[in-house]
Amino acid sequence: MSASTAPATSDQVSAPPPTELSAEDPRRTLLGSTLQSVLAVVVALILGGLLIAVTDERVRQAAGYFFARPGDTLSAMWRAASSAYIAMFYGAVYNPNGSTLADRLYPLTETLTVATPLILAGLGVALAFRAGLFNIGAQGQILIGATLAAWVGFAWQLPVGLHLLAVVVAGAAGGAVWGGIVGLIKARTGAHEVILTIMLNYVALNLVAWLLTLPGFQREGSSNPISPPVADTAMFPKLLGDHFRLHWGFVVAVLATVAVAWLLNRSTVGFELRAVGANPRAARTAGISVTRGFVVVMLLAGLLAGLAGTAQIAGTEHSLTSGVAASFGFDAITVALLGRSRPWGTFFAGILYGAFRAGGVTMQSMTGTNIDIVLVVQSLIVLFVALPPLFKFATRRSQEAAA
Amino acid sequence: MQLKLTDVTKKFGDFTANNRVNLTVEPHQIHCLLGENGAGKSTLMNVLYGLYEPTSGTIEIDGAPVSFSGPGDAMAAGIGMVHQHFMLIPVFTVAENVALGHENTRGMSLDLETTRARIREISERYGFAVDPDAVVEDLPVGVQQRVEIIKALVRDAKVLILDEPTAVLTPRETDELLEIMRQLRDNGTSIVFISHKLREVRAVSDVITVIRRGEVVGQVGPETSTDELAALMVGRDVSLTVAKDTAHTTGTALEVRGLTVVGDNGVVLLDDVEFDVAPGEILAVAGVQGNGQTELTQALVGLEEQVSGSARLDGQELVGLRTREILASGVGFVPEDRSTDGLVGTFTVAENLVLDRYREREFAAGPSLRLGAISGHAGSEVNEYDIRTGSVDSPVATLSGGNQQKVVIARELGRPLKLFVASQPTRGVDVGSIEFIHKRIVAERDKGTAVLIVSTELDEIYALADRIAVFFHGRLMGIVGPDTPREALGRMMAGEPTDSVLPPAPWDHSHDDGGSPAGAPAGGSTAAPATAPAHAGGAAAVTLDGDGLDPGAHPADRTTDRPEGNRTA
Amino acid sequence: MSTAITSQSSGPSSGSPEHPPEAALATSAANRAVGVRTLRPAIGLGVLALVSLIVFALNASGQRVDFRFSNDGGAIRLPDVSVPSAPYGWVVTIVLAALAVYAAVQARKLPRWAVIVAGFFFVTGFLVWIVGTAQTPSISITALLAGSVALATPLVFGSLGGLLCERSGVVNIAIEAQLLFGAFSAAVAGTVAGNPWVGLLAAMLGAVLVAAVLALFAIRYRVNQVIVGVVLNVLVSGLTGFLFATVLEPNAASFNAPDRLPHVRIPVLAEIPVVGPVLFDQSVIGYIMYLAVIVVWFALYRTRWGLRTRAVGEHPKAADTLGVSVNALRVRNVLLGGAVAGLGGAFYTLVSVSAFTRDMTAGAGYIALAALIFGRWNPVGALLASLLFGFASNLESILSFLGTPVPSQFLAMLPYVVTILAVAGLVGRSRGPAASGEPYTKE
Repeated sequence: MSASTAPATSDQVSAPPPTELSAEDPRRTLLGSTLQSVLAVVVALILGGLLIAVTDERVRQAAGYFFARPGDTLSAMWRAASSAYIAMFYGAVYNPNGSTLADRLYPLTETLTVATPLILAGLGVALAFRAGLFNIGAQGQILIGATLAAWVGFAWQLPVGLHLLAVVVAGAAGGAVWGGIVGLIKARTGAHEVILTIMLNYVALNLVAWLLTLPGFQREGSSNPISPPVADTAMFPKLLGDHFRLHWGFVVAVLATVAVAWLLNRSTVGFELRAVGANPRAARTAGISVTRGFVVVMLLAGLLAGLAGTAQIAGTEHSLTSGVAASFGFDAITVALLGRSRPWGTFFAGILYGAFRAGGVTMQSMTGTNIDIVLVVQSLIVLFVALPPLFKFATRRSQEAAA
Repeated sequence: MQLKLTDVTKKFGDFTANNRVNLTVEPHQIHCLLGENGAGKSTLMNVLYGLYEPTSGTIEIDGAPVSFSGPGDAMAAGIGMVHQHFMLIPVFTVAENVALGHENTRGMSLDLETTRARIREISERYGFAVDPDAVVEDLPVGVQQRVEIIKALVRDAKVLILDEPTAVLTPRETDELLEIMRQLRDNGTSIVFISHKLREVRAVSDVITVIRRGEVVGQVGPETSTDELAALMVGRDVSLTVAKDTAHTTGTALEVRGLTVVGDNGVVLLDDVEFDVAPGEILAVAGVQGNGQTELTQALVGLEEQVSGSARLDGQELVGLRTREILASGVGFVPEDRSTDGLVGTFTVAENLVLDRYREREFAAGPSLRLGAISGHAGSEVNEYDIRTGSVDSPVATLSGGNQQKVVIARELGRPLKLFVASQPTRGVDVGSIEFIHKRIVAERDKGTAVLIVSTELDEIYALADRIAVFFHGRLMGIVGPDTPREALGRMMAGEPTDSVLPPAPWDHSHDDGGSPAGAPAGGSTAAPATAPAHAGGAAAVTLDGDGLDPGAHPADRTTDRPEGNRTA
Repeated sequence: MSTAITSQSSGPSSGSPEHPPEAALATSAANRAVGVRTLRPAIGLGVLALVSLIVFALNASGQRVDFRFSNDGGAIRLPDVSVPSAPYGWVVTIVLAALAVYAAVQARKLPRWAVIVAGFFFVTGFLVWIVGTAQTPSISITALLAGSVALATPLVFGSLGGLLCERSGVVNIAIEAQLLFGAFSAAVAGTVAGNPWVGLLAAMLGAVLVAAVLALFAIRYRVNQVIVGVVLNVLVSGLTGFLFATVLEPNAASFNAPDRLPHVRIPVLAEIPVVGPVLFDQSVIGYIMYLAVIVVWFALYRTRWGLRTRAVGEHPKAADTLGVSVNALRVRNVLLGGAVAGLGGAFYTLVSVSAFTRDMTAGAGYIALAALIFGRWNPVGALLASLLFGFASNLESILSFLGTPVPSQFLAMLPYVVTILAVAGLVGRSRGPAASGEPYTKE
């Protein structure tokens, strides 16, 4: 890791931008890359299924007499993996056992609910990628955003509407400050953002843990590190009625995607950020301030992650704990990578990972398959998206399709 | 050791870098490989050194065929190479660099003492004065090159390949290197000397093989005239003329006073420079690469960190302003290296054409870009500048070098300017584009813009200049007229002050040191009329071949066989 | 920040007519150079002195702090040292201020002795102040240091493993994954084989497996190294978590109950006060740790392998032209680094606790990365940084016993804040291997 103290304007900023996983291949077509992503998901799911199958109790029993009746083992394996994935599908998309249509579609709204913070934080990571920066710090930015949002939510009393607005602004500002610190230090000293963001994640975690021991922050009468619940006026209204958890935070995520798409492709600021990411030296020669670009993009990335924290507080959790960010900050990196750092790509990748998470919960309760398998599948997807052999296969297929 | 290449071909995809090359390097010989940049010399040597595998053909050493799977094999066979870009590890000491890959060990541990002794021994024999324990990044370029030579000698290289070794050297260091080469030859090392500089080649070579477009086009002796060599090398007589009227200059546009740039390590890169440029005048800056010209242009547009002094444009102080403010105040800037500094490769042609203009009202409404206007602007610029591209939405990296440069020039000349600063405006650009770009620059001058051109190509200097400023070691040696003879410029580029160069006549050729690396093409036998170059009002004839030969390659100093002027013992 | 430029030598004025050209050339053979004065060390020390004044001196508790040096039940007894906290705060402040003035006058890089003196006084000043605020202002130095070494052990292995990767030019963010998978493998193999030594071997192999994936993607396929590292951390966390819940937890006796590695107390030497318990009364892995630091240091700076490794990390192309096989060396070093990090993983399940639990490394891999950077990519530096970080977390737990008003979270933050200051150049300069993070390809 290069963490030099040379001024950020020196040639070390000319490192190749990490907008893509690996060296860009000009033959990589849109069709090819989409096919590669789909293949990556399929292969990851197959490997995940194998893992579920070989660790299944019944499979191991059947394997005890494998040479007598190998079919038993194989069918047990198939049953273990397929039942887990079917349960996941029931939990993420459509539940055929529901009595009403609303019940049957409930899983889909859960997916969107879980996807909301993933999309928002993923956009933050993607935006930084496009400006050539690794934002490993979404976790800390979510935490600080959530902290400020929660504080405004439970400590302030404001009229309906205004209160929620204040919560959103506070959450966004919290994340922006935490991200902005990184941009500022990098711009002033040239310190590497990967180290800064990783370290600031832990600083944020300890800061929140400490705050939750303070009288003003800790819930009265509770010995646990948890804040008071936010006021009703500080919560996102439900989007589809009280039957569903889906809240207006999802609309914020959609709007944020639109805004990031506009920012990157159609605004002067986005033009600057992309130039800084693609060739900082040429950007500097053209009068674009590279250091200012670092600060701006980290502010915006933090702001988006802060909104993810707000969605957690005002949308689903309603009170602050040190676990409020779950692992969304790290998942956001994989979301942005799968979405190839493009706004709508990130959006759909966020929904896919939201589906894995929502479905994973159902899977764990229905089939007893541990939810950590979701982490395995998610990380395998990102690895396979980057795997050149798979990519070659996908390109060949798409060329054949085109021919 | 005799080294023989037979029918060596090297292809990169569809591109043939070397085509059926035959070459024999005899013992006790300095064998020169002469050719333009991009002719395939370096590729051939990388094949020889095991860095590339030849597509076909054989390499023989003393009659026995060999095949190298890597540089290790080549070194084991007695071939050493000094790369154009030094292959030294900056944070290592000289001894560590020399030992690397060829380490002596004592049990488990590294034995640098043996290496140090070898370095001292070689250093003494050739008068290198290299301290084995010095850290390489602290050494001057000339000494670093000696470390490279020591690396090869320690490995008992019988054949030493020197790839463009003089590109980064001052004239004096160059002369010292040539002397070292002779000594090495006399001690039994064969030398392959890769160069495109005729004077050096003729001064030191025993045999000259000329290579063009990847093929051997001739093998001649050192007595061959520069005209013949140049004709062989270029293969065509290219002569371009830029019609240019007398500059109409009144007043001063750019006023530079005491401009100084200090680098990170405290070295003064631009030292107290003072000059003026009038509106409607081209001031061309000549000098060997790395003598402060780059820093001058960068300081003018606010790209240097530690700048003192003053540069006023129409009375407005530029020093201290941000790059964006300077560009907005009417300064156009073409950086030296278009791919790293001038263009964003992954951006489209249209985007690159507004890289420093996207905030202007024409292209942006508040924070929002007018994509239609940007695209329309690109369409008209592509037509006007004849930029060959499939679409204005193609990434600029897919364009050829000449067309990329036209994108930069079109962008910078496409708005009203008071000052136009261009560094190496035609480097790596094809002949047709050079002519086009030169005409555009003269047209900009005729609009009344002050123009500052930095070039290491003397022919470009003569083609464009109304006045010529010469830089050496960050200092301005003087400003002279456009009809100053080449050899006088060469001497100034080597550090002689104007006064000692200009007044006395006739010219003392023994003092000509050629200002060598600033190579400018002298082309074929119709070579540039350097004795009567580019006077204002006349027409400057320029011979172009894409890259420089040598200012010393002028017919007038054909008689100069060896520079004597300022070699130190 | 505060860099002033003064002229040290002025070059010759560009040759006057009186000088013959040769003379002009001889004297103007190089660019003029000026010296760079920097006030950065002075400012850094000034800030430390200010902190010391405000915190250690003015906000001292006024209690006397007892430092106990004797081993509990040791044969040799040393007297306790009792330090009055407020006066000592003043002493520290004055020393630091004097050093700051010295640095301001010198205006260049601090000499090593000054760094050591400043470090010693600041750390002891902090210790005296913070123990002074506790209800029981008495602390056993032996326990403090011995505990620090124990907590630092996995960090040392982790940062040495990372060092082997980074010195040869491969960024390793996956230290966390290597520690975790090492701990997991050690627990499973150690239990199944019924032998902790097999577990130790398995820990190394498990971490090597993680390293192999890193090498495959980062070196063979040139995927961005930071990304591979981050993704590997998630993958290993998910994989071990899944297997723990599915296989280990239901069958703990047969998969997750390894014997511990033996604890070795070297007779006589272990009786030496302070030093004895810290150095000579350890688990086997503790001794391996000291050995590893020495071996890696020697190998890196004194052997052919080390020279080549450092060359490949700085300028791979130069090494290649000298016949060093860049990518093969990198692969070997990444795998070797994995094996070293795996030893750190084994510490968790074969020394510290004798069972694997989900995410039990709890971010130690990231602290190891911080130690590597703070230790400036040097084995001894990494050891000292790891010990400092281990010291901070041990102090945190000791102080919570003693009852100090300073929140434990701030002590927990210390390694991270120190690292941020280090990479920002406020605590010395840390420059990593130049080619680290860049895949190498021949054209």
